[in-house]
Amino acid sequence: MINTDVAVIGGGPAGLSAAIAAADMGAHVTIIDRNHELGGQLLKQTHMFFGSREEYASTRGFDIANILKEELKERSVEVLLNTTAVGYYKDDGVWALEEGEDKFVKLKAKKTIVATGAMERHLLFPNNDLPGIYGAGAVQTLMNQYGVMPGKKVLMVGAGNIGLIVSYQLLQAGVEVSAIIDAAPAIGGYLVHASKVRRQGVPILTSYTVKRAYGNEVLEGATIVKVDEGFRQIPGTEIDMDIDTMCIAVGLNPLVELLWQAGCKMRYIPQLGGHVPVKDEDYETTVKGIYVAGDAAEIEEATSAMVEGRLAGLNAAHAIGFDNGNYAREKDNALKRLNALRSGPVGAKIRNGLLKLAEEAV
Amino acid sequence: MVSQRLLREGVADETDLKEIIPPDYALDKGPVAVAECFQEIPCNPCSTYCRRGAIVLENINDRPIIDYDRCNGCTLCVSKCPGLAIFVINKNFSEDEATVTLPYEFLPLPKKGDVVITLDRYGSPVGKGKVVRVQNTRYNDKTPLITVTVPKDMIMNVRNIKVEA
Amino acid sequence: MRIESHPILEFKRGHALKFIFDGQEMIGYEGETIAAALHANGVKVLSHSIKEGRPRGFYCAIGNCSSCLMKVNGTPNVRVCIEPLRDGMIVETQHGKGVIK
Repeated sequence: MINTDVAVIGGGPAGLSAAIAAADMGAHVTIIDRNHELGGQLLKQTHMFFGSREEYASTRGFDIANILKEELKERSVEVLLNTTAVGYYKDDGVWALEEGEDKFVKLKAKKTIVATGAMERHLLFPNNDLPGIYGAGAVQTLMNQYGVMPGKKVLMVGAGNIGLIVSYQLLQAGVEVSAIIDAAPAIGGYLVHASKVRRQGVPILTSYTVKRAYGNEVLEGATIVKVDEGFRQIPGTEIDMDIDTMCIAVGLNPLVELLWQAGCKMRYIPQLGGHVPVKDEDYETTVKGIYVAGDAAEIEEATSAMVEGRLAGLNAAHAIGFDNGNYAREKDNALKRLNALRSGPVGAKIRNGLLKLAEEAV
Repeated sequence: MVSQRLLREGVADETDLKEIIPPDYALDKGPVAVAECFQEIPCNPCSTYCRRGAIVLENINDRPIIDYDRCNGCTLCVSKCPGLAIFVINKNFSEDEATVTLPYEFLPLPKKGDVVITLDRYGSPVGKGKVVRVQNTRYNDKTPLITVTVPKDMIMNVRNIKVEA
Repeated sequence: MRIESHPILEFKRGHALKFIFDGQEMIGYEGETIAAALHANGVKVLSHSIKEGRPRGFYCAIGNCSSCLMKVNGTPNVRVCIEPLRDGMIVETQHGKGVIK
């Protein structure tokens, strides 16, 4: 049995920030990650981050991962890699961890922060299961972590930030991007990202969706089609795309299996990415002692995930009784930053979703 | 309000550009920055990296409005903009040539003296230009800046380059 | 296809490793996943769906979606998108649910 003050499940931007903050307060922190390396999805982010200096703006995602890992080392946080949290025993508050293959250990923490992130959604169309049709994040992993090209010609489905960023990264890797399509009538991601792929010559077709994919064993092409305001396909507007790869970037779902299993109250809030846990202002879920942060709490940017992680880490450690004297100030600062990041027009969706979650929490 | 073209295709139109084009007095004095950042997003490095206080954001979501009394086109903001949306234009590079300085994160990187194809916001070729400067230091952190010559009337059109193999 | 030059990233590949895919010898590198090594060797079909036998590749590449299950050194249902490649591995296309010995 491993005993710790604060357990953090997931070593991505939220989890790393949570671990650092909790350790700063004086807690003994154990971070659990099923991968062989900490950093989560930061490891494959080659673009510079937005936000302010405090959220490492203008620094590339993989560099941010290295900065956070260094900070973790300085604070002697216990790190369990290649370890998956597979279950939670409600009766005695014990987490079951699988280390590597077939070795199970128990972990008991005074407080646990679930920062498990998110996974990519899929889209319905005929033959959407053909090899060669990948989540955009999967292609990022393949290219940016392993240096392998996904194919020669790619259709990107989704003009949100992930679709736009991955398109740009495909071009940097030397892969042709035939087009970026999105069923919505307007680009969903930051317009600056759209402009930088557009000036590389990549067309962005809004109000278009995938009619079907085709191919024998693997993807050999696809037909896209224009949609009307009701997202109905308009006959006669089909375009045939000569592609060998399709990237799906139509959004993410929070990875919340552990929270379901722990019995946390969950609500379906589309603006937050699907089923998300009800949480209080300290980021504690309805199960006492279990906190949440980052994409597992709601789908947003990695910048806000880092601030949320910080808040959850501060609060979890403080609830045990740890305080290095800076708790109130640090918390206030993090809350102000988070509110600032969400205060503009692009934060409206998150603000509405959080309001809805608060209303439905009761 | 941004234009429908920008919202649908990612290409700014005249109404978007009208708001950000530097005034004539600024263009006359030499190089100046142009921030093609038309949307309120939570981001402020252009402001934090400017040493002359030419970009001040009250709220992190504010759009960068450049103070042309202070901006001297030093390029410090260009490779720090996460959206790669800032360019430096110099209308008075020479008697009959202007220059555009742009971020370029692709290979191969052109060298000083190379002739490259100049592209507009659609990525369509609009001419050829000579590379007069390549900035690729530690500060640029893998976002090299390329300064390329353009005709004087093209400073608000050229926004990318293509290096011929 | 491997990326040989990149404007932002440097790929420091580990030792070359030999592995067998469906009887065919292939080369991958230490530090990469089985799925990445297979993809670099042009292999996109990793498994077949249980009911219809439709070809499947990976989808998420981070161990979530179970679209990439293969038989590795005799063990079925290995998520090859997160399983590190090792020297001498025997990787096989899986048909059906797989049998645990």
